[in-house]
Amino acid sequence: MSANNDSIQKTLIVAVLLCLVCAIIVAGAAVSLKPLQVANKVEDKKKNVLAAAGMLQPGVSVEEQFKKITTRIVNLEEGRFATEAELAEIKAAGLDPQKYDQRKASKTPELSKPLSGDEDPASIKRMEKYAEIYMIENNGEIEKIILPIHGYGLWSTLYGFIALKGDMDTIVGLGFYSHAETPGLGGEVDNPSWKAIWEGKEVYDDSGDVAIKVVKGPAEPGNPYQVDGLSGATLTSRGVSSLVRFWVGDRAFGSLLTKLKEQGA
Amino acid sequence: MSQIKTVLTEPLFSKNPIAVQILGICSALAVTTSLQVTLVMCLALTSVTALSNTGIALIRNHIPNNIRIIVQMTIIASLVIVVDQVLKAFAYEISKQLSVFVGLIITNCIVMGRAEAFAMKNGPVLSFFDGIGNGLGYSVVLITVAVIRELFGAGKLLGFEILPLVTDGGWYQSNGLLLLPPSAFFIIGGFIWVLRTWKKDQIEESEFKILPNTEHSGGH
Repeated sequence: MSANNDSIQKTLIVAVLLCLVCAIIVAGAAVSLKPLQVANKVEDKKKNVLAAAGMLQPGVSVEEQFKKITTRIVNLEEGRFATEAELAEIKAAGLDPQKYDQRKASKTPELSKPLSGDEDPASIKRMEKYAEIYMIENNGEIEKIILPIHGYGLWSTLYGFIALKGDMDTIVGLGFYSHAETPGLGGEVDNPSWKAIWEGKEVYDDSGDVAIKVVKGPAEPGNPYQVDGLSGATLTSRGVSSLVRFWVGDRAFGSLLTKLKEQGA
Repeated sequence: MSQIKTVLTEPLFSKNPIAVQILGICSALAVTTSLQVTLVMCLALTSVTALSNTGIALIRNHIPNNIRIIVQMTIIASLVIVVDQVLKAFAYEISKQLSVFVGLIITNCIVMGRAEAFAMKNGPVLSFFDGIGNGLGYSVVLITVAVIRELFGAGKLLGFEILPLVTDGGWYQSNGLLLLPPSAFFIIGGFIWVLRTWKKDQIEESEFKILPNTEHSGGH
């Protein structure tokens, strides 16, 4: 190492050149790989929607399978599909309604409202005004409807989908695509045999109130509103229970589901 | 040639960065619950170590001494970002599972350690192979840990069922502890024990001896 390496001039030149070269490499990689990454994200979301509806077939392209599904933006407060003006509002807030990012929307002040105390059993703090839902239609009738849900478990917010049958009551499937619960305990929310328990359970009781619940320990046999709790994961089970109840309840998708049911009947 | 062979093979067992130098065990705890994720992590770390070593060795005669750590960090950090971007583009599922740990390669002591201890004093070719060698040394330990954890913790290897679990109607009662980070400590400890039983020269001299307790040893 020569002595003049430590002169101020040399130090500055090396620092600037190095930053420049590194910046070009990083920027080049980020820009050139961006389209692939965006495509991956979109495909991942579609995959999770299909998985929740129990329609994911391995080996068939996700794009192909997703063709059967209609995507709609829903106004949660009013419980109806969003109007053109509302779609424009989403656009004005900087989000693309075609690729609606609900997680981002819940953090955007124009598109969300804060929830406090009793209103917020799922501990999500802010709730978005609009949600993106997915439907599988058959001859103009809704066969399955898939709703995005999220809420707090023990360590993390769980993000997932719940799929209901056309009667807007019977559960087809449930799945979480993003969470950080303890592997082997709360992480068992991913266990296929536990997820299978949800299938066929009913969300609302005869009077139309939310009745579905994850109980502690095993569910009563034959009770259509109870799901077994995960052993060793009381708090995660409780979290899943409250978030599902919240999202199918009146503050979230409840009114939309009621309306769709009336239309269908 | 023989030098290249030495820098490639020495870090595997006799100078293993995790088992002998106890570097980089942070990520060894976090990413070893499944073998597939571990393999990708090993690949990422090996390529970062090899490339950063090469880059630093190339400009080693021009790096001003008082900013050398910053220069090394900049090169390492840039490479890690590139690796992270590539993973997100081509292995999205796995990059989701690795989450922050790819980013944490920046602070992985092995990468910094090799840059400072080897690449600053050796040529680019030799440094490249030193990076590969140390990456492989890291991989040997991680893969061992991951095989044990995934096989006995989840009954699977690379996602294929090997031991059918009781919860899925099989006979194997999985060991939940192995899926939690502390279990990696026990397995790495066991690995080091076996290694030092085999290679006795790795056993360290005690730095001091504790004197036997006597009746008159001080006032209280």
